Amino acid sequence: MAKTVKILEVKGLRTSFFTDEGEVKAVDGVDFSLERGKTIGIVGESGSGKSITSLSILRLIEESTGRIVGGEIMFKGENLLQKSKKQMMAIRGNNISMIFQEPMTSLNPTLTCGEQIAESIRIHQKANRKEAWVKAVDMLRHVGIPSPEKRAKQYPFELSGGMRQRVMIAIALACNPELLIADEPTTALDVTIQAQILELIKKLQEEMGTSLMIITHDLGVVAEMCDKVAVMYCGKVVEYADVKTIFTNPKHPYTVGLLNSVPKHDQDYEGDLAVIPGAVPSPFNLPQGCRFAPRCPHARGICREELPELLDSADGDQVRCWIYSEKWEKQEEEVR
Amino acid sequence: MNEPQLQPATGTPVIGGNTRAASWKVFYKKLSKNKAALAGALIVFIFVLLALLAPYIAPYEPNKMQIANKLQGPSAEHWLGTDDKGRDILSRILYGSRISLTVGILSTVLGAAIGIVLGIVSGYYGRWVDSLIMRICDVLLAFPGILLALAIVSVLGASTVNVIIAVAFFAIPTFARIVRGSTLAVKKLEYIDAIKAVGARDSRIIFRHILPNITSPIIVQATLYIASAIITAAALSFLGMGTQPPDPEWGTMLSQGRSYIRQAPHITLFPGLVILLVVVGFNLFGDGLRDALDPKTKK
Amino acid sequence: MNMFVFILRRLFQTIPVMIGVTLAVFLMMHLIPGDAAKIMAGENANPDQIEQMRENLGLNDPLHIQYLRFVTNAVQGDLGNSIRTSRPVTEEIFSSRFAITVQLALIGTAAAVLLGLVAGIISATRKYSAADVGIMLVALLGLSLPNFWLGIMLIYLFSVNLGWLPVAGWGTWEHMILPAITLGTGGAAIIARMTRSSMLEVLNQDFIRTAYAKGVSDKVVIYKHALRNALIPVVTVVGLQFGGLLGGAVITETVFAINGLGRLIIDSIRAHDFPMVQGTILVCAVLFVLVNFLVDITYRLINKRIDLN
Repeated sequence: MAKTVKILEVKGLRTSFFTDEGEVKAVDGVDFSLERGKTIGIVGESGSGKSITSLSILRLIEESTGRIVGGEIMFKGENLLQKSKKQMMAIRGNNISMIFQEPMTSLNPTLTCGEQIAESIRIHQKANRKEAWVKAVDMLRHVGIPSPEKRAKQYPFELSGGMRQRVMIAIALACNPELLIADEPTTALDVTIQAQILELIKKLQEEMGTSLMIITHDLGVVAEMCDKVAVMYCGKVVEYADVKTIFTNPKHPYTVGLLNSVPKHDQDYEGDLAVIPGAVPSPFNLPQGCRFAPRCPHARGICREELPELLDSADGDQVRCWIYSEKWEKQEEEVR
Repeated sequence: MNEPQLQPATGTPVIGGNTRAASWKVFYKKLSKNKAALAGALIVFIFVLLALLAPYIAPYEPNKMQIANKLQGPSAEHWLGTDDKGRDILSRILYGSRISLTVGILSTVLGAAIGIVLGIVSGYYGRWVDSLIMRICDVLLAFPGILLALAIVSVLGASTVNVIIAVAFFAIPTFARIVRGSTLAVKKLEYIDAIKAVGARDSRIIFRHILPNITSPIIVQATLYIASAIITAAALSFLGMGTQPPDPEWGTMLSQGRSYIRQAPHITLFPGLVILLVVVGFNLFGDGLRDALDPKTKK
Repeated sequence: MNMFVFILRRLFQTIPVMIGVTLAVFLMMHLIPGDAAKIMAGENANPDQIEQMRENLGLNDPLHIQYLRFVTNAVQGDLGNSIRTSRPVTEEIFSSRFAITVQLALIGTAAAVLLGLVAGIISATRKYSAADVGIMLVALLGLSLPNFWLGIMLIYLFSVNLGWLPVAGWGTWEHMILPAITLGTGGAAIIARMTRSSMLEVLNQDFIRTAYAKGVSDKVVIYKHALRNALIPVVTVVGLQFGGLLGGAVITETVFAINGLGRLIIDSIRAHDFPMVQGTILVCAVLFVLVNFLVDITYRLINKRIDLN
């Protein structure tokens, strides 16, 4: 695999927030990479650090509370963490774009939809007001909004949630970015709209050749969209694998737990869905060993004492679990 | 916890709980961390103390004239100097704090009391009573700034008591509106319906359930209102529409000092500084209370 | 279309307020303890003169007739005659005093808005910095200052000591500086605090992050995206300030010896010139109600989101 094919390579990324109660390591050494034109899914529960990872890539972490404290974010072979503020501004919305979870609040209520799309075009392309507007209307048509000339002149409150998310997509794709980051793009939408939006993203991705990074807690979205998957738990990647492997041969007990808690279409459930017992630990009080150990059905002594490394398996996948290490067999089995 | 609570089904427990004791704990913790609020409370406390002790600590009789010593600047005998009639300004300021604090607090309590009653009646009973009371408030608020107080004093005549009445009147619509809003918010809560269904009387619902739930905004508003009441009262006296000479009211003192601004600016300077200080005290304390009672601020 | 309905409805709402205001002002005269006619005729008046005064004021008619007459006359621009000068009240008010007071209030509002907005924006964008702490401290002082004292101190400093500006009066721009500061300081403090908290709230919202994600610069985010939204609640405060300044003009005009409505009220109260007091207060109140009406419409125009409700 040639290195140039990788559009994004995140290495050892660490992002922390500093509060009165102490440091919160929201992202604590995350690695993954994305090939051009492909899609990666970052999966995890809320608090796993998946959204912070995506905000870190665009360096949108709020400076007053948080900071990227280590690692590298290589975009087309260049480290984004070494870019100046100005260089980052030129990249945002142009080379890398982002769609957010809440279409209801992510659009400026005092600007028309057209203005908000045109703004991005005017910043990054040498377009005057009129040209930018024409292009903005084009974008609206592109994302499947009927009578785009009229919609462009409307304010966000005049549009439904699904429409607004389409406008968000139009803003993000207005400058034909090489990488699109979608942070829970469908979570806030109705189920029927969700499928439409996913389909739209997929269609536009294929048309424009955009690489895609989807942040989600919904394994259905992952199955639909992704090539690769990174499962995150408490600021760390616990499993990193092909989408097929994740669904057919999940390795980490947490991934298994996540899969078991998803209802499957071809099965009738009579009993309850399997739910992972316990709760995500407080970021101020992380377990000493494996962070999943307190909830893990297989945990043994070493799991509580020592944090496992990411282990490479034969098929190029990675998993952060003692079960797959040589030390495992030496551990006494515990009776739970 | 005394009552069962609805909680989102997330794993994280709601911190602090909702019991009254717990929320007071949070309140004290927040307030004791707020240095500005503590400074405000200290200023207010010192002024209350000075007002109470004025007869014992004032170096001179506040109204004793010594024409020979008139218009003197600050000195060892007269720390803040003397006025145009040779009266000791420090002593007059100390006695003046009695008037200003009394007027500020009494007018606020009076206005707030009437405003609270009107607000609760308006919010709780609604319908035409609500419309009537709110329209009356609109009318009272239609007189800009100090004009309502001036109109009242012009009818009743200029005196300290009438200033209290005028400033209290001014407070009524402010409190009525706040209390009405809070009452409406509390009334919407489901448990009020439940209590009603059980057959509780209106008076019980109002005193046991609504009033305790709306005390925070009232306390905050009252503290901040005392600050503006003190300024308004001093302004009325400054205009000659309030406390009459020779009583040592700060606004009156200031007004008398104006004629001597060239020779003796200290006569005007000190009463104004004292008003500023005491008002800053109430404002700081009120802001601190608001932050501490606001569930949205966490620190 | 929608806007037109809104304006009509809002206009309709001012009717009961107007009735209430006229009623309150009308009743003022009847609430004076003792005999209004006696007080107004002066201490040395004989019974005939008092009776004449009573007749002139129409105090012998039933109350509701008097009120109706008061309103009918007021609508036609007749607020009675001043006892002190015998000239019509409206003439005294509108000859020059009204213009002076409105001018004063406008300049004061402008000063308050300008100072308050700039200070508030600086504070919000440099949260917890020395500049922010300093500005908020000054705002607290501005909020707590008795403005009559501020006015006198400004005169002492700039007019008496430095001799840069005139001590009193009205006319040239030099005359306007100190009164504008005196009148505007309190409002500036309130607007600065309001702008700061409103800006901070807006800067925390999702759409600000969207703007940054588009590659928008800090400056444009602050002035185009945040300020637009943050100003919406500030507009209401500005409107209220203008009204407050109409009242504050009473004090400023007294301190700076400006012949506006405020000074007219004080002089008339002292002279027991009740028709004059009534008329001036009524005019101020009506002006205030109209300003609030305009503020509501402006608010509605800039905050299109209200359409949702």
